[in-house]
Amino acid sequence: MFRNQYDTDVTTWSPAGRLFQVEYAMEAVKQGSAAIGLRSKTHVVLGCVNKANSELSSHQKKIFKVDDHIGVAIAGLTADGRVLSRYMRNECINYSFTYESPLPVGRLVVQLADKAQVCTQRSWKRPYGVGLLVAGLDESGAHLYYNCPSGNYFEYQAFAIGSRSQAAKTYLERRFENFTDSSRDDLVKDAIMAIRETLQGETLKSSICTIAVVGVGEPFHILDQGTVQQIIDTFEIVAEQEGPDAAIGQEAAAEGAAADQGGSTDEGVAPMES
Amino acid sequence: MTKQQANWSPYDNNGGSCVAIAGADYCVIAADTRMSTGYNILTREYSKICKLADKCVMASSGFQADVKALQKNLAARHLIYQHQHNKQMSCPAMAQLLSNTLYYKRFFPYYSFNVLGGLDNEGKGCVFTYDAVGSYEKVGYSSQGSGSTLITPFLDNQLKSPSPLLLPVQDAVTPLVEAEAIDLVKTVFASASERDIYTGDKVEIVVVNAAGIRREYMELRKD
Repeated sequence: MFRNQYDTDVTTWSPAGRLFQVEYAMEAVKQGSAAIGLRSKTHVVLGCVNKANSELSSHQKKIFKVDDHIGVAIAGLTADGRVLSRYMRNECINYSFTYESPLPVGRLVVQLADKAQVCTQRSWKRPYGVGLLVAGLDESGAHLYYNCPSGNYFEYQAFAIGSRSQAAKTYLERRFENFTDSSRDDLVKDAIMAIRETLQGETLKSSICTIAVVGVGEPFHILDQGTVQQIIDTFEIVAEQEGPDAAIGQEAAAEGAAADQGGSTDEGVAPMES
Repeated sequence: MTKQQANWSPYDNNGGSCVAIAGADYCVIAADTRMSTGYNILTREYSKICKLADKCVMASSGFQADVKALQKNLAARHLIYQHQHNKQMSCPAMAQLLSNTLYYKRFFPYYSFNVLGGLDNEGKGCVFTYDAVGSYEKVGYSSQGSGSTLITPFLDNQLKSPSPLLLPVQDAVTPLVEAEAIDLVKTVFASASERDIYTGDKVEIVVVNAAGIRREYMELRKD
């Protein structure tokens, strides 16, 4: 590809007006394991796929509590995600200390976006290689934002990032109109189903996914494995009945999705990514 | 040529007394609810007690603006600890943090006289007592504030805590049962209110035990 000439520095524009380093950073997000988020009027649910480097190691932590009313799920370079979570926690604590009230989510994501933008305009820095799904509750309701390495952020009703996220996005696109009035439990169920879409045939178990919830009267917390497994059990029985037909359909979709998931030809996942 | 003196003080004393007593499996922390300045009462219903962690409660008398700032500081530090360690701070850990926080402002101190009470990692009651710049000690009971000179001798008489300097090291916690300790605290505050003008109105009693934290109030003299 001819873009190699203009992609050494983040401070070098290409003739087509693109910053390739920033785009490569967004590529890193696409390579990480999937994370999804969805919201109703009163609750926001985050979910992610747990990927471990080997059977011997534990899986990487991808969902972080930022404050009682905000949590974040990441995809991409987890180390960058951890650092940004620490920044977000600090901002929340400082705001609470000064104003004795919780930091509005919209403010936090703007601060995060500005921080990311700085790294796209300094020759001695590199962009953060992590995408963040920020779930939070404030006076104006429940919010879900996506912050990307470019410094852009968008608010979503539901979204998915990371590898094979297209399958989850398709699932969410079909159902998102119902989410606003969903009950908390239905929202959690939808989150788990969306995660299942990204697994593409692998059995869904509570050990390979993590779910977190924040809502009115419910501070941000990660659901424990037992609870998640119970919910999986309630609908896995239904899924088995439609099994054989669905499996064939899914495989075809998977091949199509893999082809348009970024142009990187790296085989396997880089060790620092998740 | 006389030394130039300040024509204004950044400090004020809002009065009040605090007491804490440690038992085998509980801790009682109490403080009156009167906030005064000079010979005037600002309010009869001000809480000097703050819950810092699940099993850790602090009572502070002195300058309440500094007390409030100190409480907020510790609460923020506790949040950071929870994010980093995924658990609550233990009472002895909080005790050290409080000491460090106070000494940090050694040259413009928090005008705050604190007693920290709670349960240690084994569920035993513990009380830590401080001066304004962070010098602290683990004790079986303690009193701070305007009524402390009246209260401490009485507690010494009733609780007979062995000196921590004696060997073999003896346990400082009182053998009293929780209900007896609460009764003792009520007696102590009733007596202090009689003679100390800055102590009165109500006493807020907080009890920390394995079941959690509970609070009760008792009316005191309003004069």
